[in-house]
Amino acid sequence: MTTAQLLGQDPGWLIAVKAVMVFAICVLSTLMAVWTERRVLAKMQLRTGPNRVGPAGLLQSLSDGVKLALKEDIIPAAADKVVFIIAPIIATAMCFMSFAVIPMTGVVNLFGRKTALQLTDLPVGVLYILAVTSIGVYGVVLAGWSSGSTYPLLGGLRSSAQVISYEVAMGLSLVAVFIYAGSMSTADIVGSQHQHLWNAIVLFPSFVIYVISMVGETNRAPFDLAEAEGELVGGFHTEYSSLKFALFFLAEYVNIIAVSALASTLFLGGWHALPGLGFTEQWLGGWFTLIWFFAKVNFFFFIFMWLRGSLPRLRYDQFMKFGWKVLIPVSLIWILIVASLRVLQQEGAPRSAILAFAAGVVIIVMAISSLVERNKEKVRSADLPEGEAPNFPVPSLPNVQSINVSGGK
Amino acid sequence: MSANPYIPILVIFAIGFGFAAFSVGIAAVTGPARYNRAKLEAYECGIEPSPQALQGGRFPVKYFLTAMLFIVFDIEIVFLYPWAVTFDKLGLFGLVEMAIFIGTVFVAYAYVWRRGGLEWD
Repeated sequence: MTTAQLLGQDPGWLIAVKAVMVFAICVLSTLMAVWTERRVLAKMQLRTGPNRVGPAGLLQSLSDGVKLALKEDIIPAAADKVVFIIAPIIATAMCFMSFAVIPMTGVVNLFGRKTALQLTDLPVGVLYILAVTSIGVYGVVLAGWSSGSTYPLLGGLRSSAQVISYEVAMGLSLVAVFIYAGSMSTADIVGSQHQHLWNAIVLFPSFVIYVISMVGETNRAPFDLAEAEGELVGGFHTEYSSLKFALFFLAEYVNIIAVSALASTLFLGGWHALPGLGFTEQWLGGWFTLIWFFAKVNFFFFIFMWLRGSLPRLRYDQFMKFGWKVLIPVSLIWILIVASLRVLQQEGAPRSAILAFAAGVVIIVMAISSLVERNKEKVRSADLPEGEAPNFPVPSLPNVQSINVSGGK
Repeated sequence: MSANPYIPILVIFAIGFGFAAFSVGIAAVTGPARYNRAKLEAYECGIEPSPQALQGGRFPVKYFLTAMLFIVFDIEIVFLYPWAVTFDKLGLFGLVEMAIFIGTVFVAYAYVWRRGGLEWD
């Protein structure tokens, strides 16, 4: 029995119970994610982080939420009131919807019925997730526009341009996954990875492109240009206060968890255990798979925190250049390579032909990258005018005429 | 007889929408309401704020170009997805057809690149 048939047998009350469970998981993991991020970032920066509210500061995000609810709810005089109120509702309502098709467990027993912790299994599941996240962009751009203020307008435009640019690269990186799984349903993709290898290994370039573009897609460091404090204050939600601000905050974190969950589903085998540990999937009546799933989601979330802790923010033109001039052509070419390899396999070409094709691709890639590097070298070593030697002391620097004050050679 | 697979999506949408609408509504009740002129002005880090958003809410045409390029590539993706799902049935024929299609899009892409459509200043 396929997952779609299994889920199709759910009675109405079970659908409602699972929907509430999915919603609760989203909100709870947001509260935990905020706390984890603050604690881990603090450790990376040799600070302590929040540790006052509750044991080890665990209740910090909850108390922040309550605090925001008790704050004054301000709608600026210049704002477009209706759109200003609708924007956070759009952003929040959409972020939960992408979780409807994510398979979080295998077959489990829930209130005496056999089912799986996945609300529904659509034949176009991944396309549906991309569609819903695109609608979420409306929340961002409408919030920025309706504030009637300069910085939110620029921030909203920036982040929407950013999200749609990286959505192209993200969409392209998924094509290779569909070729290998022969389906767009999330449950089928998890199943096909269980039979073969994880997509993260087979389709490693797709995996890398997806991980980069998921960081760009969620506006996180080092791609958090929409919230560049030095330039744009807080970005599109500068004018928002009270619970409306809390909703944007919630939507941002739920989106991060959603893209991490999608990454685990499509590339790391979803709720299945690590290879060789398959026996653990039966523990706790199948519920142990939920732990595997969240272990993988947390792995990606840790990457988000790690990037934020170690990389400086990009400049906007560098960011757009990287998305449009590197990620998109690379993923298009990678799709053609994957497709050609697949056809070679299908047509029963001898192993040597496949290996020769792969080797040829590798050689071409290396040749192109060495050409690019040489070009870069040329640009770097092009004659730049040497400045006059200054008549004040400066520390010795490579390639700069300087009056030596540092005592080196 | 299995139920329509889109019904659970409506249920989660109702929960998310209800939660968001409830939060927006309750905030007006729980928070204090002591408005003054300074609070209702746009926030520009404490300096005297400009009377309206940048050029009255209009934005640089650059973003429009990005949106257009996004549509071009998004439609390409829409064509790629069904091709990828039925890839094993199409075989070599599908690969050649798609290579031609991607090639034509690449021509447009190279044109945009050369004309400076991908540059930001």
